[in-house]
Amino acid sequence: MNRRTFLTWAATGVASAAVAPSSAWPGVSRRVPDDPYGCLVDLTRCVGCRKCEQACNTVNNLPAPSVPFDDMLVFDSQRRPTPQSFTVVNRYHTGKVDDRNRLVPTYVKVQCMHCQDPACVSACIVGALTKRDNGAVHYDESKCIGCRYCMIACPFQIPQYEYNDPITPRVRKCTFCFERISQPGGVPGCAAICPVEAITFGKRNVLLALAAQRIEAEPARYIPHIYGASEVGGTSWLYISGEPFEKLGFLTLPHRPIPQTTESIQHGIFAYFWAPLTLYGLLGAIMYGTHRRQKQEQQTSEDKGDGP
Amino acid sequence: MSERHRAAPLAVPLWTPGVLVLVALMIPGFVFVVARFVGGLGAVTNLSQTSPWGIWVAIDVATGVALAAGGFTTAALAHVFGRQAYETITRPALLTAMLGYTFVPIALMIDIGRYWAIWHPIIYWQGNSVLFEVAMCVVIYTNVLYIEFLPIVAERYKHGVRLPGPLSVLNGVLEKFLQVADRTLDRVMWVFILAGVVLSCMHQSGLGSLMLIAPTKLHALWYTPILPLLFLISAVAVGFPMVIFENVLASASLPIEDETPVLSQLSRYTFLFIGIYGVLKIGDLLVRGTYRFLFEASAQSFSFLVEIVVGVFLPFVLLGMPTVRRSRRGLFISACLIIAGVVLNRLNVFLVGYRSPYAVVGYWPSIGELAVTTALTAAIVFLYRVLVTYLPVLPPRIPSHGTSLGVTHSVPGRAES
Ligand code: SF4
Ligand code: SF4
Ligand code: SF4
Repeated sequence: MNRRTFLTWAATGVASAAVAPSSAWPGVSRRVPDDPYGCLVDLTRCVGCRKCEQACNTVNNLPAPSVPFDDMLVFDSQRRPTPQSFTVVNRYHTGKVDDRNRLVPTYVKVQCMHCQDPACVSACIVGALTKRDNGAVHYDESKCIGCRYCMIACPFQIPQYEYNDPITPRVRKCTFCFERISQPGGVPGCAAICPVEAITFGKRNVLLALAAQRIEAEPARYIPHIYGASEVGGTSWLYISGEPFEKLGFLTLPHRPIPQTTESIQHGIFAYFWAPLTLYGLLGAIMYGTHRRQKQEQQTSEDKGDGP
Repeated sequence: MSERHRAAPLAVPLWTPGVLVLVALMIPGFVFVVARFVGGLGAVTNLSQTSPWGIWVAIDVATGVALAAGGFTTAALAHVFGRQAYETITRPALLTAMLGYTFVPIALMIDIGRYWAIWHPIIYWQGNSVLFEVAMCVVIYTNVLYIEFLPIVAERYKHGVRLPGPLSVLNGVLEKFLQVADRTLDRVMWVFILAGVVLSCMHQSGLGSLMLIAPTKLHALWYTPILPLLFLISAVAVGFPMVIFENVLASASLPIEDETPVLSQLSRYTFLFIGIYGVLKIGDLLVRGTYRFLFEASAQSFSFLVEIVVGVFLPFVLLGMPTVRRSRRGLFISACLIIAGVVLNRLNVFLVGYRSPYAVVGYWPSIGELAVTTALTAAIVFLYRVLVTYLPVLPPRIPSHGTSLGVTHSVPGRAES
């Protein structure tokens, strides 16, 4: 390659980057499903029966728990989802008392939030995690390499790992009952079983309206916040509550999607590979220049062939 | 390059006591690796649901890649910017980089749960993932390093590949291959040298972007949008100190040329880059107002202060003094400080500064994790020792000329930038 072609090539790289339309940066406007499903959890209704835990265990063919599902002593400590249980219910006492001066518990079901723009999906090196049109954040174990970057990324600290499996460890989390909700009329196991309708399954837009309606109808019963409406850019699972969310183990999170920073940096730098190509061209020009100068200085006519 | 600075195989015995120590250090690690493949990650590591990454990622991968930066920085200096005075140190730096990068996939094979699927990123592309970008660059760059190293092998063996025993059937083929490589590579090497520099810039900064996916978890002292830039600059800054570090250590046990004058010249670039890095780091604290976290008296604030003072401030002051730059010991101490600073920085970003919500146990590496990391490091040093013994990487000391220093290998008016 002689100098002319080399420089033309480098210059073309720069020019094509300059005219690149901003739509070529998918990080800035990501595609999130328009009309996903969701679940609305009404914490004022939940009675802590743990039926949802049991249903989840059944529909996902999970191993039997060490403590049976009707043992309410598990509430004495805070639990998190594990590789063998995709959802857990925790009990909180926020200090509220009833008319007989007894502490009123609030029960909180925990599972993957199925974020609208999920950090885990953006992080996954092989695309084993994907956000599906129906709202589910789906895990494909046949692609996963077990790097656990999704666990680093998830702001809710949801993905769980099978550390003790030497050959085929999996990332484990609530599946949003992907297979079931892909069928017409299908409802997640936990939402279907709930005896007090604390979990409502439906289109996310409808659920948001329903949540707002409930809060408006009974302002004394609810605090005016739908958790998940805009946290980390919105989640498919939504919560309404009578107690402040901070007191119930919910994290206070930013409202912009978590992947935005990395993806805008990545796509800014790598759109059409303009940055690497420009650097390549620049360094190449310098290299060419130095070698030519050296040749002149050394007054050697022999072509050593170590420069462009 | 003058005749007496030609790199050559070193005529020294391989199995010295030091080398035996290296082998001894590898054995326990090997046992734990076997345990990991039999019992899973849980059997050997202290990883947990809230600490998914430990020292196998933070040290073996993230720090290892940074410390291998000497390869591309010397290549850029000597070949792109034409500072020929530094030719002598490009070969050892290239060797270190090659070994460092070779061990990245090895460390990853041990760390990732489904090691047999390690090749998946090659077919399942996920362009939004920073990890994917880093992995791709590292894979390609490792191969570029092999290509850059091939001429050194060819120089030694193109006229006589003598593999032992049944492998000897390959001798002819290999020799032909080396001869062809020797003839053709020279002409196209510039493509690879440039590619190496560009790829390095990409993945060194990419490593810094990795933790930007966890804005709520990485401590504000380190979470900054300029983290990629900081990683890149610090990698460039640590490149030459690694060359100094190795050269001083190697010359302590091997009969090689004293390169102090070259190293002193090199240290001026390091002074510059560590200065830029320091300004960026402090500027970032001020701009984001995160300096207030320095007074919270936590493990994080303490670790950050040590990182800045030991790894940036001290070596900057030291290298600012001409007497230090001229002395072998001064150079070595400054280099060690910078290396320690970069190691601590990577540990801070990946482990100390990472605070997971709902964590009930903190992370501290297990004996097994430490043993494996030690073994991998020892293996790199061991291979370095083996390869410099048999391949022309380092310039051996020639006793008859032993006293004249520093003049012959700097082209006048060239070494100064
Ligand atoms: S909660 Fe975590 S695991 Fe679930 S979709 Fe969001 S980021 Fe992914
Ligand atoms: S552990 Fe699996 S699912 Fe998670 S980021 Fe890595 S490859 Fe993706
Ligand atoms: S949606 Fe399905 S997987 Fe998720 S908690 Fe409910 S039952 Fe379990």
